[in-house]
Amino acid sequence: MSVTYIDAIREAQETLLRDDPRVFLYGQDIAAFGGAFKATKGLAEQFPERVLDAPISEDAMAGLAIGAALQGMRPIIEMQFADFSSIAFNQIVNHAATHFYRTGMPVPITVRLPSGGTAGSGPFHSQSMEALYAHYPGVVVVTPATVADAYSMLIESVKLDDPVMYCEHKFLYRWLKAKSLQGDGLPIGRARITRMGRHATVVTYSAMVHEAVRAAERLQQESGWEIEVVDLRSVKPLDIDTVLASVARTGRLLAVGEAFPWGGVTAEVVSRVVADGFHLLEAPPMRLNSRDTPVPYHPKLWAAHRPTPESICDSLRKLLSY
Amino acid sequence: MTENQNLQSQREGADYVRAMYRAMVQARVLENKLSSLYKAGKIVGGVYLGKGQEAVSAALGAALIPGRDIFAPLIRDQAGRRAFGEPFIDCARAYLGSALGPMKGRDGNIHRGRPQQGMLAMISHLGSALAVVTGALLAKRLQGQLPGAVGATCVGDGATSTGAFHEGLNMAAVEKLPLVVIVANNQFAYSTPNNRQFACEDLVDRAKGYGVTGHSVDGTDFLACAGVIGNAVSLARAGGGPQLVVAQLLRLTGHGEHDDGSYVPDAVKAGAYGRDCIDVAERQMLEFQIMSAEEIAAIRETAAIEVQAAVAQAQQEPTPDPYQEDWRAFSTEFSQPYH
Repeated sequence: MSVTYIDAIREAQETLLRDDPRVFLYGQDIAAFGGAFKATKGLAEQFPERVLDAPISEDAMAGLAIGAALQGMRPIIEMQFADFSSIAFNQIVNHAATHFYRTGMPVPITVRLPSGGTAGSGPFHSQSMEALYAHYPGVVVVTPATVADAYSMLIESVKLDDPVMYCEHKFLYRWLKAKSLQGDGLPIGRARITRMGRHATVVTYSAMVHEAVRAAERLQQESGWEIEVVDLRSVKPLDIDTVLASVARTGRLLAVGEAFPWGGVTAEVVSRVVADGFHLLEAPPMRLNSRDTPVPYHPKLWAAHRPTPESICDSLRKLLSY
Repeated sequence: MTENQNLQSQREGADYVRAMYRAMVQARVLENKLSSLYKAGKIVGGVYLGKGQEAVSAALGAALIPGRDIFAPLIRDQAGRRAFGEPFIDCARAYLGSALGPMKGRDGNIHRGRPQQGMLAMISHLGSALAVVTGALLAKRLQGQLPGAVGATCVGDGATSTGAFHEGLNMAAVEKLPLVVIVANNQFAYSTPNNRQFACEDLVDRAKGYGVTGHSVDGTDFLACAGVIGNAVSLARAGGGPQLVVAQLLRLTGHGEHDDGSYVPDAVKAGAYGRDCIDVAERQMLEFQIMSAEEIAAIRETAAIEVQAAVAQAQQEPTPDPYQEDWRAFSTEFSQPYH
């Protein structure tokens, strides 16, 4: 018996709908059809009034969620692909994100963003939007990398009073399996040491956690390097304490992300470590991101666009040889 | 309708237009004061007035039921806010930068709101309130509070060109929710005339395309506004789905007090929509014996006293202190000291 990452997302939504009458789901093709990725399969049959198909209006979907949240509901919006949330950008960053600061009244919405690249998906179905949302004050941004986190962090997101962008990685949907949904109970805002090590720290999140672990295993087999891997879990809040504690042990930092290289989560991690932990570093900190082009369509180009175990190993060898 | 019901309905109608008129005068007096304060350099930020648009705004605000309905006012809805029950002090505090205002100095002027009480705090991105009010109404449906409640918002002619307007109105129509959208077509979006804003003959023609009920009204005609907008709200409340009201009028002021509105041609100012809806209201109420000249004078006098008191109070209140500000954009207390 095993559960996949997408099963966890579906199970979390079923649990939320069952346990909390304030929860409803709104998104394109999510009712009878069960969603483009089947994250809501069968839920409309159980909760016909609270699992609703949306018109192709991302701006209004986010706006609707905000209004419903102000009225006491706990909406979950499914963006069919994270990429399309750019249409809802205004409602999210200007309406939802500012509301608590401006009025004292929080906006408890959860926006699910099927994120990241898969082979053959191309420039408009592969984006990683987390840094854009994290830039704005007032938005929580979570990036679960495990089946248990996919489950527990979605439940926790809906319970939070603040707006949450829940970035779920499409590559992990069916590939990532676990024996159960049971996790270690870490809350949003706390990073996890996924793999212990003592020679260098890789800080990453979402699907790149698994690529980083592969790279770490390869380096251990090849040359005995022990690489620590930190899974940020949420990019906002950013658990810099756990990162600094790891860098204090290893003295070396590589920040890895699948998103575009200009700015973003890896830049934020490096800048904070340099500012707060410069004395801990034995080598200049490094970043590894996607290439600075739109996400390409062809699988061969796509595989060379994002960080891979090979490119992470290359970066680590460079970091370790300094 | 029986004779008693008829009398009852007439009495309610008279109460409604009296409430409208009172809010219109209160708004005008308040806004004249804001204009003076702006010119004297006493205002924090800009001042945006609804002069000339009071009949439309008040007709909506007075038709709504505070505590039951949702109201998302926009830039020129001082009158609607008053009719919906917003105290003078909220406005005075927001414009004068009092730390005790509804936004505590974190936002100002027309962005103030009381979302806890169903009056939303607008953002500057036009058209974005349509979907938010729609969402509040969907929540009410899920909570078993429909039919019976409505949600309403006001926009100008310019907002009808936004994607948010289209998405929001279409979504409300798909969900068959009681959303009332008032388009105050004041002929200019800031300085841009209608012919650079849309190409259809009349914005109300779009109602058919959205599958909603459309209404047209002369926004300077006090009693017509009461009839048409009051009716639109009643239709929505009774389960008739979204209502789109397009009111033709002119703003009798600039976009803000920094703007002299010189782009409005004299011929337009002298035209049918250049008349002042408050003058029209007084003439109509006297003619139909809804209110006497003495009652009208008393409303003006009381408004002046109340506005003066609110402004004086707000002027004496503390301004926000950066050292006391908590600088928190999250309501959740995360363990990380900064995010």
